[in-house]
Amino acid sequence: MLGQEFMRNALLAGTFVALACGVSGWFVVLRGQVFAGDALSHVAFPGALAAAAAGVDQRIGLFVATIAAGAAIGMLGRGVLAGGRGNDTAIGIAFTFILGLGVFFLALAGTSAAGASGIAGAHTLFGSIFGLSAGEARLAAAVGLGAVLATAAIARPLLFSSVAPDVAAARGVPTRLLALAFVALLGVVAAEATQAVGALLLLGLLAAPAAAAHRLTRAPFAGVALAGLLAVGVTWGGLVLAYEIPSLPPSTAIVALAVGAYGVAALLDGRPHR
Amino acid sequence: MADALDPTLSWNVVHDAGELLEYHFMVNALLAGSVVAVMAGVVGWLMVLRGEAFAGHTLSMMAFPGAAAAALVGVPGAWGYFLFCGAGAGAIARISGSERFSWSEQSAGIGSVQALALALGFLFVSLYGGVLGDLESLLFGDLLGVSDGQVLVLAIVAAIALAALAALARPLLFASVDAGVAAARGVPVRLLSLAFLLLLGLAVGATSQITGVLLVFALLVAPAASAQALTARPLVSLALTVALALLVVWLGLGIAYFSIYPAGFFVATVAFAVYVLARLIAYARARALG
Repeated sequence: MLGQEFMRNALLAGTFVALACGVSGWFVVLRGQVFAGDALSHVAFPGALAAAAAGVDQRIGLFVATIAAGAAIGMLGRGVLAGGRGNDTAIGIAFTFILGLGVFFLALAGTSAAGASGIAGAHTLFGSIFGLSAGEARLAAAVGLGAVLATAAIARPLLFSSVAPDVAAARGVPTRLLALAFVALLGVVAAEATQAVGALLLLGLLAAPAAAAHRLTRAPFAGVALAGLLAVGVTWGGLVLAYEIPSLPPSTAIVALAVGAYGVAALLDGRPHR
Repeated sequence: MADALDPTLSWNVVHDAGELLEYHFMVNALLAGSVVAVMAGVVGWLMVLRGEAFAGHTLSMMAFPGAAAAALVGVPGAWGYFLFCGAGAGAIARISGSERFSWSEQSAGIGSVQALALALGFLFVSLYGGVLGDLESLLFGDLLGVSDGQVLVLAIVAAIALAALAALARPLLFASVDAGVAAARGVPVRLLSLAFLLLLGLAVGATSQITGVLLVFALLVAPAASAQALTARPLVSLALTVALALLVVWLGLGIAYFSIYPAGFFVATVAFAVYVLARLIAYARARALG
C-alpha cells in the first residue's frame, strides 16, 4: 500500500491537515463556534469557483474566501467571535449569501468550460485526497504544521479568554484580537482541509474528534492532544479503508470514522445527569 | 434557455411582468416559490426565535443524502428527503433536548450529525455513479424546472406544516420564549422541541427541491431575522417575515428571468440585501432614539 505514490501523498497531507483540524477544533468546540467553522468550510466552495472563473490557482480563492468570510461573520454579529446561540442567525445569513455567490461563479465558470467546472466543483465539495501531487501534499503538510504551531503559540491566552473572557480582558489579555486571530487561523485550516476532505465534509474532522475529546477529558491540554490524535487516527483509518474498498470514497470513510469515534466517546462519557 | 427565449427588459414594468407570466415554467416557478416562501417564512420565524439556525442548516443538509439515497434505490427523491430530514430531526432533538450538555457541546453534536449525513450522501453519489452533473441542481436547486406535480406536492406539504404549526402555536411560542417557565407550567417542552424540529425538517425537505440544499437557508433565516430586527411584536414580525419572504422570491425570480445567471444566486442575494437593509434601519432607529 505504501508503495503507491498517491497513498504516500495522501498520508502525508492527511496527517498534518487532520492534526491541524483536531487541535484547532478543540478550541472551536470550547468556544461554541462550531457553526462558524461550518460556515467557513462551506464558503471555501465559492472561493475555489471564483478562482476557477478568474483563472487563478484554486488555493488562492480558497484562502481569500475563508479568511474574508471569517471577517464578515465577525462584522455582522458583534458577539459572534465569542460564540453562542444568538449569533447563529448572522452566521447563517452571511454564508448563504456567499454560497449564492458560489452559484453565480459556477455559472460564470460554466460558460467557458462546462464539464471541467462540474468536476472542479465536486472536488472542492467532497475533496480529492487521493489526487494530490507530491508538491501539493508537501504544501498541505507545511500549512497544517504551521497552523498547529500557530495554535500552540496562542494556546494559553486563547484558553484563558475562551473560558473566562471578562477576567482575561481585565488581566490585559487582548481577547478581541485573539478572537479575530483565531477565526483567521480557522480560515487557513478550513481552506487547507478542503483539499483533503472537501468543503462539505470538513466539519467531520473539525468538530467530531474535538467533541469526542471534550467528552473524554476535561483537562485542557490533554484534550487538545487527544483531539489531534483522534483526528490523525481516523484519517489514517479512513485512508486505509478507502484503499482496501475501492467503492468507498476516502472522505466518507474519514468522516464516518470520526463521527463513530464521537459516538463511542458519547457512550463512554459517564457524566451524571445535572 | 434564457438565450432561446430572448427576454428583454423594457422600462414598462407591466409589460415585463406580462411577458414573464406568458411562460408556463415561470408561472410554476412563481407558484412554487410563493408556497415555499410562506412556509419557510413562518417556520423560519420560529427557528430564529428559538435560536436553532444551526439545527435548521443541518436539517437542510439532510436533503442531500436523502436525494442521493433515493436515486440509488430508485424511488422518488421526495421520499429520501423526508426520510433523512425526519431521522436528522430525531437525532438533533435527542442531542439538543438533553440538558446535560452545554450549548457548545450540543452544537458539536449537531455538527457531527451533519458531517455524517454529508459523508453518507457523498458515498451514495459515488455508488450511484455518474450523477455529478445533477449534483449542482441538487445542491443549488432548479427553480425554473418545477413541474405541475411538484407544485401540488409543495402546496399539500405547506398546508400540513402550517396547520400543525397553528395547532401548536401557543405552547410552542411559550416554550420558545421561556423554556424554563413553560416546563414548570407543565408544557411538554421536549416533545414540542422534537415536533418543531420534525416540522422544520418537513419544511426544509420541501423547500430544498426548489432552492437546492445549500440555499434553503436564505429563505428560512434572512426574512425572519430582518423582521425580528425591525419589530419586537410577535404577530407583526411574523406577518412581515412572510411578506419579506414573498418579496425575496418574486424579486429573485423576476431578475433571474431577465438574466443568464441562476435563480438561486438572485434569491440569496436579495435575501441578504433585505437583511442588511433591515439591520441598517434598526441601527438608524436606535441612534435616533439616542
